[in-house]
Amino acid sequence: MDSIIKQKITEDLLPQPFGKKGKIWLAVLTALCIVGLVAYIRQLSNGLVVTSMRDYVSWGIYISNFVFFVAISLVGSLITAVLRLTNVHWSTPLTRIAEIIAVAAITFAAIIIVVDMGRPERFYNLFIHGRLQSPIIWDVIVITTYFFVSLLLLYIPLLPDFKILLKFKEKTGAKLNKLYRFLGSFWKNTPDQIKISERSIGILSITIIPIAFSIHTVTSWLFATTYRPGWDSTNFGAYFISGAFLVGAGGVVVAMYVFRQSYKLEKYITESHFDKMGKLLVMLALLYLYFNINEFLVPAFKMKKPEEEHLTGLFTGEFAPLFWFAVLTAMVIPIVILLFKSGRKPLPAFIAGILVVIGSWFKRYLIVTPTLLHPFLPMRDVPANYRHYFPSWEEWAIAIGSLAGAMLIITLFARFFPIIPIQETLTETEEHEKA
Amino acid sequence: MNTTENSRREFIAAGLLAGLAAAGCTPKKNPFEPSDELVKASGEKVKLLSVDGEIIEVDKAFLKPVPDLPPVSNDVARKGIAGKKFVMVIDLSRCKSLKKCQSACNHMHHIHPGQNWIKVYPMQDADHTAPYWQPTTCMHCDEPPCVKVCPVDATFKRQDGIVLIDSDRCIGCRFCMAACPYSTRVFNWEDPGVPKEIAEKPYSCESSIPQKKGTVGKCDFCPDMVRKGGLPHCVSACPNGVFLFGDMLEDSVTNGSETFRFSDLIKDKAGYRLMEDLGTKPSVYYLPPVNRNFPFENKEESDTTITDKSKS
Repeated sequence: MDSIIKQKITEDLLPQPFGKKGKIWLAVLTALCIVGLVAYIRQLSNGLVVTSMRDYVSWGIYISNFVFFVAISLVGSLITAVLRLTNVHWSTPLTRIAEIIAVAAITFAAIIIVVDMGRPERFYNLFIHGRLQSPIIWDVIVITTYFFVSLLLLYIPLLPDFKILLKFKEKTGAKLNKLYRFLGSFWKNTPDQIKISERSIGILSITIIPIAFSIHTVTSWLFATTYRPGWDSTNFGAYFISGAFLVGAGGVVVAMYVFRQSYKLEKYITESHFDKMGKLLVMLALLYLYFNINEFLVPAFKMKKPEEEHLTGLFTGEFAPLFWFAVLTAMVIPIVILLFKSGRKPLPAFIAGILVVIGSWFKRYLIVTPTLLHPFLPMRDVPANYRHYFPSWEEWAIAIGSLAGAMLIITLFARFFPIIPIQETLTETEEHEKA
Repeated sequence: MNTTENSRREFIAAGLLAGLAAAGCTPKKNPFEPSDELVKASGEKVKLLSVDGEIIEVDKAFLKPVPDLPPVSNDVARKGIAGKKFVMVIDLSRCKSLKKCQSACNHMHHIHPGQNWIKVYPMQDADHTAPYWQPTTCMHCDEPPCVKVCPVDATFKRQDGIVLIDSDRCIGCRFCMAACPYSTRVFNWEDPGVPKEIAEKPYSCESSIPQKKGTVGKCDFCPDMVRKGGLPHCVSACPNGVFLFGDMLEDSVTNGSETFRFSDLIKDKAGYRLMEDLGTKPSVYYLPPVNRNFPFENKEESDTTITDKSKS
């Protein structure tokens, strides 16, 4: 391959310093994180009383946020592993985007679960008194495993890129050069190393699939192992996994668009990528819609007494606006947009992706909270504010702060590391030219 | 631990006499250790009955008031009382929602104001059936869903059938609250605000005091009272004798003034348990509201949501 083209590709994909917009974005995210932190300090000193959660709604937006983070993190396994193992090559430029979303989301899933704890300082009890029969322990095990496997899947493909980056000391600056040296100076690009790396990625890609399925299935079991109407469902594992792939793919489309615009990556993240991701999104949205119909139609057909209150609350009652909003934005409207070829252009696909992500966040809220407002025995002998739930400002601040934190990790990662794999792009261009 | 246990039993048996041998009184340590403090005889003698049945004379100055019994150790509290299987029977035909059970329970456990471990529900099973009052405690299930989901063994089932919470271990994840179909668990969203002398008491999962911020609380069947041979506070507080408490292995339950053979009572009055179909196997039995002592009067009609899910 022409060394000039090679040079051009490499320089295009080098991490770039923030522009003006980038700096504003960074400042906003940091500010949101700080507000979240302040709210959390308030919660630590006063207790969970600063939230609007009470004895009936004992899980609120922290837990729905947790479910959202676990869900969106599944995309790492979808793009990196499932597409890689099925020999889909077009997704190569998207693997790192997907993987950093996975790592950032799973990190904040772990953080938000600690935020929800009444006694976070006793977290170590999970290790010294842990009982394997509790689904929470299963979740701790699989989430930790998923975090490390995802981190490896992010790190190992970065190694050849470090070697390239080290050559550009003047461009990246001395500090970053030091970081790259620390992280990857042992990589010499020898055939042996390449072989080991490829085998490791192969093994990790296979192992991450069952782990990814486990993290979200186990998360669904936190609900499905209870008796409560709305949670007591055998459909929950598949329902959660399909929704997770949907929101993750939506998140990747959004990130693709943002990186493409801000780093001028039109040649690498092409319209064809949006077209293909758009088709994938339609398929995933249809799949999720299918599991939703299963989840709601069957109990609604029978209308068993305890389910009735819950279901009518969602369909026509107090949660109806939010419920139909979530169904429309997470599934119906994106399907309609993306079914058209012109809808799979970057901008409309980006909008569809945003709708999916927002709708999915509210969907998680609807899975967690309405059920808790319909206990088996009627609500009784509690103060009036125990009978309703609307998150307090501290809860919003912490939830939004955690979302901002995850985006901050992704933003900073793209600042310091090539968001599109350089070495892999070079290899593929080469192969493409040969063929 | 065993030696202190034994010395405590002897102490109770011998009554005030133990004041002679063991006069020290530090509330958090062993209160029965002899103190260094010298007591001068006053010359005034008191006659006492010893454990061996002999009458002995003791100088009055050597008598000391009984110190607060220290709570049993965490290990003992987790095991429970051997050879017992505690049950409760709630006779719905006697309940008129006086809520004395509730106030006694709140008072004795220093529960955060507004929260209740005992709730009294106005129930109506179907459109045309008669309404009745249904007090609920923790069901102390034999297949407790809360214990199954607890990640750290902070809530546990004892050999005597009681389900307890160890507030020193609870991490506050509230999974047990989501798992309990009877909505009996409450959470200390903030500091329960107990008086200083209660807050300073050594915590025991048998007394459940003091309640702790960031942990879950619930009805505990008052094992501290039961260990002393007493009855749970709700049982003794109810003027209508709605609550009957006892040991299933002894096959007897009592509300303090009346005692019944448990098996006969359940058979004769068609006792049942709540949400039997869930398979939780509660230790609390209900006697149906037939031949009632009081008519059903709901003075707070506006506040009530009558539903028929008691036996669903």
